[in-house]
Formats: sequence, C-alpha cells, structure tokens
Amino acid sequence: MGLPNASADLSTEVEVDAFRRLFPLRFFEKHLLESIRPDARPLGRARDTTIALGAVASANGSALAKIGSTTMLAAIKMEVRTPSMETPDEGCIAIDFHMPPICSPIFRPCRPSEAAPVVAKQLSDTILRHANLFPRLFIAAEISGMINLKELSLVSGKAAWMTYLDIYCLDADGALFDAALLAAVAAFSHLEIPVVSLNDDGKIVLSEEQGLSDREPVNKEKRKVNLGGIPFSLTCILHKNYILADPTAEEESIMETSVTMVLDSSSQLVSLYKPGGAVLAYTSAIQDCIALTRQRVKELQKVLEEAISGMEVD
Amino acid sequence: MEVDREDGRSQNQLRPLACSRNNLHRAHGSASWSQGDTKVLAAVYGPKAGTKKNENPEKACIEVIWKPKTGQIGKLEKEYEMILKRTLQSICILTVNPNTTTSVIIQVANDDGALLPSAINAACMALVDAGIPTRHLAVSICCCVARSGLVVLDPTKLEEQKMKAFAYLVFPNSVHSVLPEGSPSGQGEPIQNGIITSVTHGIMSVDDYFYCLERGRAASTKLSDFLRKNLQQQSTDSSKAG
Repeated sequence: MGLPNASADLSTEVEVDAFRRLFPLRFFEKHLLESIRPDARPLGRARDTTIALGAVASANGSALAKIGSTTMLAAIKMEVRTPSMETPDEGCIAIDFHMPPICSPIFRPCRPSEAAPVVAKQLSDTILRHANLFPRLFIAAEISGMINLKELSLVSGKAAWMTYLDIYCLDADGALFDAALLAAVAAFSHLEIPVVSLNDDGKIVLSEEQGLSDREPVNKEKRKVNLGGIPFSLTCILHKNYILADPTAEEESIMETSVTMVLDSSSQLVSLYKPGGAVLAYTSAIQDCIALTRQRVKELQKVLEEAISGMEVD
Repeated sequence: MEVDREDGRSQNQLRPLACSRNNLHRAHGSASWSQGDTKVLAAVYGPKAGTKKNENPEKACIEVIWKPKTGQIGKLEKEYEMILKRTLQSICILTVNPNTTTSVIIQVANDDGALLPSAINAACMALVDAGIPTRHLAVSICCCVARSGLVVLDPTKLEEQKMKAFAYLVFPNSVHSVLPEGSPSGQGEPIQNGIITSVTHGIMSVDDYFYCLERGRAASTKLSDFLRKNLQQQSTDSSKAG
C-alpha cells in the first residue's frame, strides 16, 4: 500500500467510497488541500450542537447532548447520607461514564473499552478540579471551580447530599469528551435539589407536598445549584500543518494526534490534554487551538442558555 | 518574588536525578529512575510476535502495564497506561518490526510527586536498554503554578497538592547536530520545542501555561544532557554478560 503509481492508477478507476476505505489518509489529505473536510465543514468549525434538558423524567437533573452524531445522556440523582469525618459540611459527587455496546460496533459487553475509564477520569478531574489523584469513587474535593460542595450540605456533620452523575454514551462518533462534558454541565444546570425535612426520628425525608405543615422543611424550596466557572471543551486533531476542530470517529482513527482544551467561562485554562501522538505541538499550533476553543466556548454558552431559557418558558 | 520550598530548592531547581539501566536480568531492557524520593522501575519485553485484536498489524504495537505501589488498579492507572502508550508510540519507529508487541511494565517504587514524568523517563531509558529503535527520546518534566503565578519545577507530592495547578509536559530530547545548519525544525522552531504530551490539572490562565512551557523547555535541555551523559557513561564502562 502506498506506492504513488498504484494509487494514481487506481484513483481514476475506483469509486469514491472504495477510495475512502482503501486509502483513507490520501482521501482526507485531498480534502485538506482545499481546506475542507469530507462532510463539507471548514477546518475550524465544529459540528451542530444541540442540548435537550430534562430528558430523564425520574432524575433530579438530566440532559441529552448531541454534537453531530455523538450523543450523550447525563442524569443526576441525589441521595442524603452522612458526610465523611474529614469534611463534615460538604457533599459528594460521584461521576461515572459508561460506554454501552449500543454506541459503537467496536465495544462488546465482555471486553471493557479502553476509552471509558480515561474519559471518566478526565470528566471527574474537570468537574471537581482537585489536585488529589486518588481514584476513589466518591470524591470529596476542597477546591472545586464549578460546584461548591459546601452548597450540598444539609445539616453540618449529620446530613449532606450525595450526587450521582451518570453519563451514557449512546452514539460514539468522535469528540467523546466534549459531548460528555457538555451533557454533564447541562444536567447540572437543570438540576433542582429536592425539598427535604426532618422527621420525628431525626432522619431526613423527602417532603411530598407543600401541605405537610407539621414538619419544618430543612431547605425551603427546590433550588438550583449555583455553578461557578462553567467549563467547555474542544478537541482538535493535529495533522502536519492542519488543525481540525471537532473530529468525527473516522478522522480520529486515521489522524491520531488529538489535543483537548477545556476553558471555562472566564477564559481560564482548566485542562490542556495531549496524550502523545506522532505530531508535535508547537507554540503556534497551541495558540491557534486556544483561539478556536475560545470561539467554541461562546457558541456553547449560547446553546446552553437557549436550552435553559426554553425550559423555563414551560 | 521567591517561593519558599520546603527542601530549600529554588523555583527552577530539579531534585537530584539518578538513573541506572540493566537492573533486571530476565527483562530485555530495564531501567530505574529516581527524582528525589520518587522512584520508578521500568522493564521492557519485546518485540514479541503478534499484535492484539484491535491493533494495526502493519505496525509494531506497544502495550503498557502500570503497577501502583499499593492498592488495586483503577481508573488512574488506566489513564497513565493510555498516556504512556501513546507517548511511546510517537517516539518509537513502529514500521521496523511490524506485527509485533513490545510490553513496557512500570512499577512504582515510591511516589513523591511528578510520578508520570518519572515513569516516562524510566520507560525511555528501558527502551534504549532493550535496543528498541526510537526516533528520539522523550524527556518529561512537571511544572507547577503557584497561587502567586510563579512556575515551580519538579514539585514534591505536598507541593503538588498545595499548588493551584500543575502540568506534566513531555518534549523530545535536544539534538546535538553534526551538520552546521543546526537541528531539523518544524514550522521554523527547533524540534525540541514541540510538545509530545501535555496533561494539566487544576485551573491556570493561558499565559501561565505558556510560561510553564518555556520553563519546561529549559529544564528539558538539562534533563537531555543528563540522559546523554548517563547513556554514554554506561556504554563505555559496561561489560554486559550476554
């Protein structure tokens, strides 16, 4: 494979689809020379993004995020438990990322994917932002940019919220981390903390309706969580001198060097993740990627605000 | 403005480095790397015949196994394995031995900060010891950003936890060129300025990150010199008994 004469002869005879399968890199490079990609996007443009809030009715907060074909469903459930001894006035968040076999033909139930634990860890690092690297499932963080864990406390030392965030990948078509982070952030902005009250045994129970007047509710009303700097991310692929934003799965498998940048709404760099790859990233390439990410943050902020205001109208 | 570090180092000073090769006799290549109290052992077995199911059989495949000092293998170890595998794939010449698997096993002996950079350095030395063909070596450094905005190199575990953010950076090693034109460059910059791998934790501003890159590059030159001296020394006075 790869003799220039052979492919030049074949390319006149072979159909486009066959050429795409037989010589994928040449197929893409022909497009890159014209500064376009096979799905007619310019190099720096991301795919169409949509967010639907409240996708799971039984969850306290949920969202379905789609970037192109990549679909992620995030759901948050909350439970009251006693906080740990070291942090008596903080709640906990447990983040889990699942890639069920529905998302891609590569993943089977018996063989766990390599990508899932890595994306799960990246997500928990980004949302919780702590320097402690221990992979405990219930992670309590001191410094958390997006969510202040002290807000999740009910009665100091006795009761706090335990939040389970589960993200399911329904369709894996590249840029998994971007879509997962967007779904998680959207689910948190949709989250409403339920009303609870203290019953006679001293236990916290959910208040059913507002008519139960003999019990004083611990928190007055369903409230939303205050989010600090919201992180948004963009994955770019580096190939020779080209920078492609928001790759599809096909592009990711052919050109393997990817850089994921996470910026928050105040333009602070939350994470710059480049896990190896044949292409070296020079300063100019990083600056271009950061500029693309800044643009993408603005787009995503608009999409999220539209989704939230759409929910409130109902 | 100076930062007070507990062990009295200046902000750009690395901890004492120590490296030895050919520690393990069964492994085809092995190395032990320590930066201060952080110590990592790396062993390389390979190339062995055959590749795994999803891997491309036209290229050599690299498999990484990360063994922590204590505890079970979890997401953190899986992430380190993935980062190490992709970093080593970019420095090895994969087309020399197609359809083979090279296993790199990392055993953490002690973790006192900058664990992933030490492991990458150890793995590179083990690859050299095993004779796996590589394009260049990878030199890895950890840079921390303090709350005041200062960049501190090679933190201990305590410093990593107290700082605002830190970044693990991996650069190709610096080139000593025989030709007078200088080292091969891409995009007008020398090749050792490019980043192979970058992993950051914590929030920092974009300018802080670029400052980390500069400091990291300067430190990687020092590390490259250390590697070069170490490899030259061991090759002149070694008498490898088979």
